[in-house]
Amino acid sequence: MSRLMSDLRTELHGAGSYFGHVFSHLQKDLRLEWRSRDSVVGMLFFTLLVVVVFSLAFDPTAAVSRQIAGGILWIALLFASFTALNQSWTREQRNRVLEAQRMSPAPASALFLGKALANLLFVTFVELVLAPFFIVFYNLHALGQGWLLAAILPLGTWALVCNGTFFAAMGLRTRNRELMLPLIMVPISVPALLGMMLSTTAVLTGESDPTLWIRLLAAYNIAFTTVCLLLFDTVLGAE
Amino acid sequence: MIEPAHEAEPIPPVVARLQAVSKLYGGFAALRKVTVQFPAGSSTIILGDNGAGKSTLLRLLAGLIAPTRGTVSVFDDTPHSQRRRIAYMSHEPMLYDELSAMENLRYFAHLQHGGDCGCSCTASPEKVLRAVGLDPALTRPVGQYSQGMRQRASLARVLQTDPELLLLDEPFSNLDVDSAKRMVELLIQFRSWPVPTYGPQTAPRQGAHGRTIVLTTHQAHLAEPLAETTLTMRAGSIVSIAGQRASATSEEAFG
Repeated sequence: MSRLMSDLRTELHGAGSYFGHVFSHLQKDLRLEWRSRDSVVGMLFFTLLVVVVFSLAFDPTAAVSRQIAGGILWIALLFASFTALNQSWTREQRNRVLEAQRMSPAPASALFLGKALANLLFVTFVELVLAPFFIVFYNLHALGQGWLLAAILPLGTWALVCNGTFFAAMGLRTRNRELMLPLIMVPISVPALLGMMLSTTAVLTGESDPTLWIRLLAAYNIAFTTVCLLLFDTVLGAE
Repeated sequence: MIEPAHEAEPIPPVVARLQAVSKLYGGFAALRKVTVQFPAGSSTIILGDNGAGKSTLLRLLAGLIAPTRGTVSVFDDTPHSQRRRIAYMSHEPMLYDELSAMENLRYFAHLQHGGDCGCSCTASPEKVLRAVGLDPALTRPVGQYSQGMRQRASLARVLQTDPELLLLDEPFSNLDVDSAKRMVELLIQFRSWPVPTYGPQTAPRQGAHGRTIVLTTHQAHLAEPLAETTLTMRAGSIVSIAGQRASATSEEAFG
């Protein structure tokens, strides 16, 4: 029994240390962003521009808005997140800090998780700022269960940033990395993109049940987060 | 009267070893069948022109690149597995420009020790910053430091990890002569720092023989106090090994 308790204590200490590393990376990324404001300002500007331009181009009625708003929202966020995701690794490459990361005994997956969480916070912040503009410009109110958006938005955002952080790290050593990220990420994210867009549209129009798409998003996130965590050590160690 | 027999001086174990190592980048051979070993507690300087393979050799020892052929072992293991005991300082500072030196060091210290050090290390971020001549209270981000200050902050980053094997790639490149001399003095002091012990000690560690330094430079005169062994490289090969510990270093190389 005492052996079991001792093992459990060691496991808990190990887990605590792991999440300590994750928190350390997260705190560092938030601090870097707070001082430079490179990612969030870029994303915010881009998404606002897309929302305004689309609303001017289509001048949609409320019914049409509900049909297209889900697609516009997620496409704007997808393209905006590309800039932030590339930016988050560029910081690590500057001054060869990434080599210091590779030499650190901290687990590589903790670096990935910390960075993905930081990106999640950045994109969520953009979504929160964007929301009132989106509602006003597209004259929106949800006809379905609006509260489900509280599940769809974080799940969809995590699908974007988790894959994006991973594939941006994979493209670090390639010459055209700005091009590489969308080229790899978009095809792999198709199931998640469908889930995000169709579930959002279902909530806004109230014409269908979004639960299937929400389940798909959750399953996609579990699968891809596990794969990214397991493979990140190999990606970071690659020459 | 019979003289008491002198006890034979214990032979220090080998900390790092390259065995017939070649490193190719496409068709270019950065290293050609290099065999060399670094005994525990030794201090080696590597000289050579640009492109001689000095940095490649250090990066192999650091585990940042893998050999194309041959084997690299550090503490009888792969460099990656032993990375807690190795530190590498490059030409670049390997620090975040937006953070102050202290913030950078605290961050890397946390990654090294996971918040709960559990070792007997003597280097703390505050102490090493003072040791390299920087004020720990300085809030200015590293991006606004002069080249010399960045180099010193970079040295502080590697020293605070309390390494048993310290790899320095041209550490004097941006320093004036006085600063370089101070850095050499600090490195001499560093060699006598007590070697850290992590967790319960069950067997004597190789680190008991002291800390090992391998340094590349173009300014041999500045690094002279650290040159127990001087290794000269040309076109990816070691062309000469000289100094007090040359035989221990080249034993493998020249049979």
